[in-house]
Amino acid sequence: MSVAYALLGLLEEESPRHGYDLKREYDHLFAQTWPVKFAQVYATLGRLARDGRVTLEGERPGRGPDRKLYAITGEGTSVLDAWLLEPAPAEPNVQSVLFMKVVLALLSDRPAGRFLDMQRNQHLKRMRELTRIKTDGSLSDQLVADYALFHLEADLRWIEMTHARLERLKKEIRA
Amino acid sequence: MNAPRIRAASPPEPDPHLAIVAVRDVVRVYRQGDDVVHALRGVNLSVAPGEFLAITGPSGSGKSTLLHVLGGLDRPDSGEVVLEGRAISGLNEEEMALVRRRRIGFVLQFFNLMPTLSSEENAAFPLLLDGAGDAIERARTKLAAVGLADRARHRPSQLSGGEQQRVALARALVTEPAVVLADEPTGNLDSLTGEDILKLLRVTADAGQTIIMVTHDARAAAFADRIVRLVDGAFVVSAEVPEGGRRS
Repeated sequence: MSVAYALLGLLEEESPRHGYDLKREYDHLFAQTWPVKFAQVYATLGRLARDGRVTLEGERPGRGPDRKLYAITGEGTSVLDAWLLEPAPAEPNVQSVLFMKVVLALLSDRPAGRFLDMQRNQHLKRMRELTRIKTDGSLSDQLVADYALFHLEADLRWIEMTHARLERLKKEIRA
Repeated sequence: MNAPRIRAASPPEPDPHLAIVAVRDVVRVYRQGDDVVHALRGVNLSVAPGEFLAITGPSGSGKSTLLHVLGGLDRPDSGEVVLEGRAISGLNEEEMALVRRRRIGFVLQFFNLMPTLSSEENAAFPLLLDGAGDAIERARTKLAAVGLADRARHRPSQLSGGEQQRVALARALVTEPAVVLADEPTGNLDSLTGEDILKLLRVTADAGQTIIMVTHDARAAAFADRIVRLVDGAFVVSAEVPEGGRRS
């Protein structure tokens, strides 16, 4: 679930924080990519706390969900680490996840370029499998494979473009 | 959709001793006035017999220079190219011309057929230069293999782009070369016709022909057994995709 990793990334940048702060920062970076509602942010933080990936750093008295302050744990950081360096499955329509990983990696000085290289390999590997299916298969197989191939090719172009603009993106999101 | 044979993402590079083509520490530098362009910065590569390798990379990455060095059309400033166990970089022009004609097949973006010759004469051309008596016969066999048996007497102007490229492929194969070098072979063709050429290259490689193709097109590269990437005159060390399941 990408939203959970995004929240971990934001908490890694600054802890502890309230759910409200996190939602605002999240919207600033990802509102166009993967919109979430407040309720989802709080529910996700609850799950992260249950799994030991964030801790409760204090609770103000009163009512309402935003009394709680969250901080990332060591476990949270290592889960985030693993996710950021793991290429997304090469399927059509993974662009939101790819964008999110790039931004979160840049935000935390992780090697975004290396992630993109691995993602390119993942895509090329899938494209080779699909091409093999296509050359050996029926016309229907071929057309289904072609659909996926054209989408993966579009992703690859985006990967190239993003790779070339990592420095600028880093400046922009840290501004 | 069932998944038949699936090869590994990046099969390991073959042992250089078993390679049919090997590139060792090749450096190529161009000087344009005061500018120095490092086209290749110490490139190493081994290609196994029967392997279909795709070299990709952005424009200006050095991939065409590498193909020219491999084909003996350009010489490295240092390092060497070994073809069938023989270092060809040190050959003189005459020896190099023979290696190019007899041991290397070229397929280029713009077909480069002789306009006044028929398909079979074009396909037979490298053999005719060597005075082979059975040149036309062997050319016809290769034309049949690329599906052009019925176009043997046509001239290039009477053929479609895809057909011309198939004649070029027949010409590249007619000498039974050690390696076929293809430079953007689909760059001048529409996607459907381009795919036919790529499928032919795939079938040719499956029959044991070593092929090295330069392309900027990822869908074309996906036909190869292995894909390597040049950036700024050096291969990008492929960051291996970690094994194991995906997390959600």
